[in-house]
Amino acid sequence: MQQLWLIPLFPLIGFLINGLFGRKLPKSAISLVAVGTVVASFLWVLKTLSAIMPLETPHIETYATWIQSGFVNIPFEFAVDRLTAVMLLVVTGIGSLIHVYATGYMAEEDGYYRFFAYLNLFMFFMLTLVLGNNYLLLFVGWEGVGLCSYLLIGFYYLKNSASTAGNKAFIVNRVGDFGFSLAMFLIVIQFKTLTFQDVMKQAAQVPVEHAVGMMTVICLLLLVGAAGKSAQVPLHVWLPDAMEGPTPVSALIHAATMVTAGVYMTCRSATIFLKAPIAMEAVAIVGLITAVLAATIGMTQWDIKKVFAYSTISQLGYMFLAAGVGAFGPAMWHVVTHAFFKALLFLGAGAVIYSMHHEQDMRHMGGLRKYIPITFGTLACAWIAIAGVPLTSGWFSKEAILGAVYHHSPIMYWIAVLTAMVTAFYVSRSMFLTFFGEFRGAAVPAAGHHGHGDEDDHGHDDHGHAVEKHDDRAHAVAHNAAHDTEPHEAPFVMWGPLAVLAALSIVGGFFDLPHFLEPALPPAEHVAHEAWLEIVGSAAGILGIVIAHIMYVAKPEMPDALTAKLGGLYRLVYDKYRVDEAYDLTIVDPLIGGSRSFLWKGLDAGLIDGMVNGAGSTARLVGGFARWIQTGNMRTYGAWVLVGAVAVLAYLGIGGGVR
Amino acid sequence: MPPAPPAVPLTAYLIVSAILFSLGAIGFVIRKNVITMFMCIELMLNAINLSFVAFSYKHGTVDGHLFTFFVMVVAAAEAAVGLAIILTVYKNRNTLMADDIDSLKL
Repeated sequence: MQQLWLIPLFPLIGFLINGLFGRKLPKSAISLVAVGTVVASFLWVLKTLSAIMPLETPHIETYATWIQSGFVNIPFEFAVDRLTAVMLLVVTGIGSLIHVYATGYMAEEDGYYRFFAYLNLFMFFMLTLVLGNNYLLLFVGWEGVGLCSYLLIGFYYLKNSASTAGNKAFIVNRVGDFGFSLAMFLIVIQFKTLTFQDVMKQAAQVPVEHAVGMMTVICLLLLVGAAGKSAQVPLHVWLPDAMEGPTPVSALIHAATMVTAGVYMTCRSATIFLKAPIAMEAVAIVGLITAVLAATIGMTQWDIKKVFAYSTISQLGYMFLAAGVGAFGPAMWHVVTHAFFKALLFLGAGAVIYSMHHEQDMRHMGGLRKYIPITFGTLACAWIAIAGVPLTSGWFSKEAILGAVYHHSPIMYWIAVLTAMVTAFYVSRSMFLTFFGEFRGAAVPAAGHHGHGDEDDHGHDDHGHAVEKHDDRAHAVAHNAAHDTEPHEAPFVMWGPLAVLAALSIVGGFFDLPHFLEPALPPAEHVAHEAWLEIVGSAAGILGIVIAHIMYVAKPEMPDALTAKLGGLYRLVYDKYRVDEAYDLTIVDPLIGGSRSFLWKGLDAGLIDGMVNGAGSTARLVGGFARWIQTGNMRTYGAWVLVGAVAVLAYLGIGGGVR
Repeated sequence: MPPAPPAVPLTAYLIVSAILFSLGAIGFVIRKNVITMFMCIELMLNAINLSFVAFSYKHGTVDGHLFTFFVMVVAAAEAAVGLAIILTVYKNRNTLMADDIDSLKL
C-alpha cells in the first residue's frame, strides 16, 4: 500500500480549513493552508511514484465496497498506471504553481478564503477523477470539478454576467453528463462491471464493429460526455463565457486540467474506442471541426482572455482529433504540453491584466514589452511553444498528432496544418498587440473599467461592477503613484510560477511521453516517420507568426483593410459563428417561453394554484351559508337544540323506539 | 318494609315530568329575559329529576336517586356561576334581554 488516498485528502483538508474557518483567518494563514496542502499533495505524488515506478502494470488500492447490488460490485478503489501518473503530476504540479500565483493575483480581492477553499476543493475532485479506478468514481470527480468550475466562474457573484456564465457552464455540462451516464449504464449492461481493467479486458475480446452496435453507441455517448467537459463542438459555448472567473481559475480549470478530463477519459476508454471505428471517426471529425472553428474565432477577438479561451477549445479539438485517429499517446502528450503553455499563457495574461489594472482589451495595450519585461519573456516561451516553433514542447506533441493524422486521412492532415498556421497567427497577433508597438493605454482615461469597446457586452473584466468601487479604492491606495498611466510588473509570487512554466514549455517536449505511456494504452500501430511532414508542420507555425508580424507590426493598417474587405464573413467569425444565438433561438428561448407561458402561467399559476385557491373559496362559500345559523342569539341556539332533540325522538319513535 | 302506598302509576309521573320539561324548553325559547331563561333551565333539570326518581322507585334500585343528587349538585354549581355571569353581563351591558346579547354572532 502506498496510501494513494492521501493525495486527494490533502487538498480536502485545505478546503475544510479554509472553507470553515477562512473567514476568521489572516490572509497569510489562508495562503499557507491552500498552497501548503496542494504542495504536500504534489510531494506525496512524487514519493508514491518513485516508490511504484516503473508501473508496467497498474498499482491498485482497494479501500471498501461502495455499491454491491446484484451482479454489480463497485468498490472504492484508487489506481495508478502510467496514464494516471502523468495526469497526477500535471494536476498537482501545475496546480501548485497556480496556487502560488493566485496568492499574488487575488491578494486584494474580497472573498480570498472562499476562492482558495474552492480551488482546493477543485484539486480534491480532480485528483479523485484521475485516481478513481472505475467509471463511477471518475464520474464523482467529474461532477465535482464541474461544481467547482461553476462556483469559481461565478466567483464574482454580484456581477450578473459572472453568475450567468457559471449557470451556462453548469447547464451545458449537464448535456454532456447525461451522455456519460447513459454510457455508464450501457457499460454495466454489457460488461457487468465499471472497473477499468475488467472493462478493458473484456472489451479487448469483442470483435471490431463495422456497423453501429453496442460498442459504437457506448463510445458515441462517451464522446457526448467528453465533448461537454472538454468544450467540443457543439457543446463548446460555455468555455469562452467561463473566462468571467478569476484568471488563475481560467488557467487551472479551464485550460490545464479540468477541460482535459474528456481527453483523459477517452484515452482511458481507448480499448473500447478501438472496437468502434465509426465512433472513432466521429471523435476525429468533432475534434477537427472544433479546432478549425475555435481557431478562426480566436483570430478576431480583442479580449486577451477570450483569445486564449478559443485557443484552448481549438487545442482540445486537436487532442480529440489525435484520439480519433487512434493516436492516444500523442493526444495525452498534447494534454501535458498544452497544460504547460496554456497555463502559462493564461497566467501571463493574468499578469498583463494585473499590470494594466484589470484591462483586458488588447486594443488598449501595446508596447508592454518595455514595462513588464519578465512577463513578456515568459509569455514569449509559451508563444513559440503553442505556435509550434521547432524543438519547443508544443512542436513535439503537435508534430506527433499531425503525423498520425496524415496516416489516417491526408485531407484531415491539411486542414489540421492550416489550423496550426491559424493558431500561430492568432497567438502572435495577441502577442504583437499586447507587447509590441506603442502603448495605447495612456489614451484611455484612468486605465481600467471605462474604456471598453461597446460592441462586446459580455463582461471582459475580472471584476464585478458591484465590487468596482472597492476595487478602485484598493488600487488607489496600493498603487497610488503608478495607477494612472504606467503598467507595472507583477510581484515575484506571480512571475515565479511563470518562469517555471516557461522552462517547461520550452523543454517539456523532450520527454517522449507516448513511448512512456505505451504500457497503459492499447498497442498502437507504429507509422513510418516522414521528415517532410515535420517540415510542413514547422513551416505552417512559422508562417503564421510571419503573417501576424506583417499584419500587426510591419503594416498595422492592413487588418482593418482586410476586415473591411471580408465584411460579412468577418462579422460572422467575430460573432463566434452565432452559435449562442442559434441555441438561444432553437433551445433557450422556446424553453424559457414554454416554461413561462405553459409551466408557470398555465400549469403552476393556473392548475396548481387554481386547485389550492379553489379549495379555499369552496370552504368560504359553504361557510357563507353556514354562518346564517350562527346568530349569536342564545334563544336561537336553544331552539335548534330543541328541534334536534325532537327530530331524534321522532326518528326513534318512527323506528319503533329503543327496545 | 312499610306497607305499599296507594299505587300511583309510573305514567302519571312521566306525564308530569314531560309537561314540566316542555314548559321549561318552550320557556327557554320564547322568553327574552336571561333570568327567566335560567329559571326555565332549572325547570327542565327538575323535570328530569322527577322522571329519574320515578324510574328508580318503579325498578326498586338506587341508580335514579344517585343521578338526581348529581343533577342537584351540578344545578347548584350552575346557579352560582350562571347568576354571577348574569350579574356581570348586566353590569357591562346594562341589559338582560337575550336578543341584545348577541356579540358571538359572526
